[in-house]
Amino acid sequence: MNLDFSQIVPYIPFMLEGVWVTLQFVIISIIFGFILGSLVALVKISNIKWLKFLADAYTSVFRGTPLILQLLLIYYAIPQLTGYDISPFLSAILTFGLNSSAYVSEIIRAGIQAVDKGQREAAEALGIPYRPMMLKIILPQAMKNILPALMNEFITLTKESAIVSVISYLDLMRRAQVVASDIYRNFEPLLFVGVLYYIMVMILTIAGKYVEKRMRASD
Amino acid sequence: MIKVEQLHKSFGDNEVLSDLNTSIERGEVVTIIGPSGSGKSTFLRCLNLLEKPTSGHVFVNDADITNPKVDILKVREQIGMVFQHFHLFPHMTVLDNLTYAPMTVKGMKKDEAVRKAKDLLERVGLSDKTNAYPNSLSGGQKQRVAIARALAMEPELMLFDEPTSALDPEMVKEVLDVIKDLAHSGMTLAVVTHEMGFAKEVADRVVFMDQGKIVEETQPKTFFDQPQTERAQNFLDKVL
Repeated sequence: MNLDFSQIVPYIPFMLEGVWVTLQFVIISIIFGFILGSLVALVKISNIKWLKFLADAYTSVFRGTPLILQLLLIYYAIPQLTGYDISPFLSAILTFGLNSSAYVSEIIRAGIQAVDKGQREAAEALGIPYRPMMLKIILPQAMKNILPALMNEFITLTKESAIVSVISYLDLMRRAQVVASDIYRNFEPLLFVGVLYYIMVMILTIAGKYVEKRMRASD
Repeated sequence: MIKVEQLHKSFGDNEVLSDLNTSIERGEVVTIIGPSGSGKSTFLRCLNLLEKPTSGHVFVNDADITNPKVDILKVREQIGMVFQHFHLFPHMTVLDNLTYAPMTVKGMKKDEAVRKAKDLLERVGLSDKTNAYPNSLSGGQKQRVAIARALAMEPELMLFDEPTSALDPEMVKEVLDVIKDLAHSGMTLAVVTHEMGFAKEVADRVVFMDQGKIVEETQPKTFFDQPQTERAQNFLDKVL
């Protein structure tokens, strides 16, 4: 056994800082993705054909290509095409936000459409207009389907965020690699950040379970 | 109060209503009966435009609701509807189910809506369920709440789409009693039903439909004792 965790001790603050760096862009991406995804979902359940087509195409492209490809395209293509030197941070938010919004829009659309058709008819028969019907009758019921799936999406995004290390964004993953090349040891720093990722995901998982339980309580 | 002229409805190539002409007077109780798939429910749903007619006209108080310029939400305020599967709002209490539409659509003040809702719950015998959630109610109780919810909008006309078909047999009576009570109060009712006893006892008129057409339209006594057509005769032989 050639393990020596004492070697990484001086680097621990450096790696812990990566947790915050990762969380920073993950949180912004989630919010960005959620807002954009909600808008795309609204388009998908609307009656405007050409907008619907665009929304479906958008979802299809972002779900149908590798995330790492999308990241590299945005990071390298934008400077090449527009001359704007995009920062790794901005590329990361843009990629993860756009990608996540595609998944979120599907989650929300499916959640809304899973609500019993009779609910809408009952509201219509009472003369309730579209907006209050969606906000007060349909969405509260759709939330039950949406929230658990949304938590899953956030967990996936947190894990996948490690991909940004390929554009030299100094996130948790990248920091492990930096440490590894500094001390010529891979296993210890990788294991260390692995534990950190796992803790982050577990916190989200527990939060998700809690949300799910609260949702079910009103049944 | 309702007039239907040359009403047609197709789903794709399938014509489910062909050339319906009839009317419903104020205060009248009309039951619509007929075999499954005869278009009864579709016909009823055309009266508040939950189903859009393919052609023809439906007049509600002389306004042609098939005209796209007519504000259908305003028309629906005057027409209450009760569904086979209740469709109560499961995330709201019984009280909120009753007060939400009057407050949202008619701008009724909360205390007035609550007072009205409580009166209606008493009328359908469910005062003790005011703060219950729909999922804790039995089928018969749910349907009575659904009737009260529709009544809370103070409609001029009530549509019932097979209101007892999804109920356990022992709960049918409690719901029919509420509808009978409504009929006797002078409310205009259109009821799609398989309850022949109810049709016989309460209706002013029976509309018999088969294959998307109105085959017979007459007083219940005549219809049940001396049906004029062979199709009605066959139907009655099977259900009575």
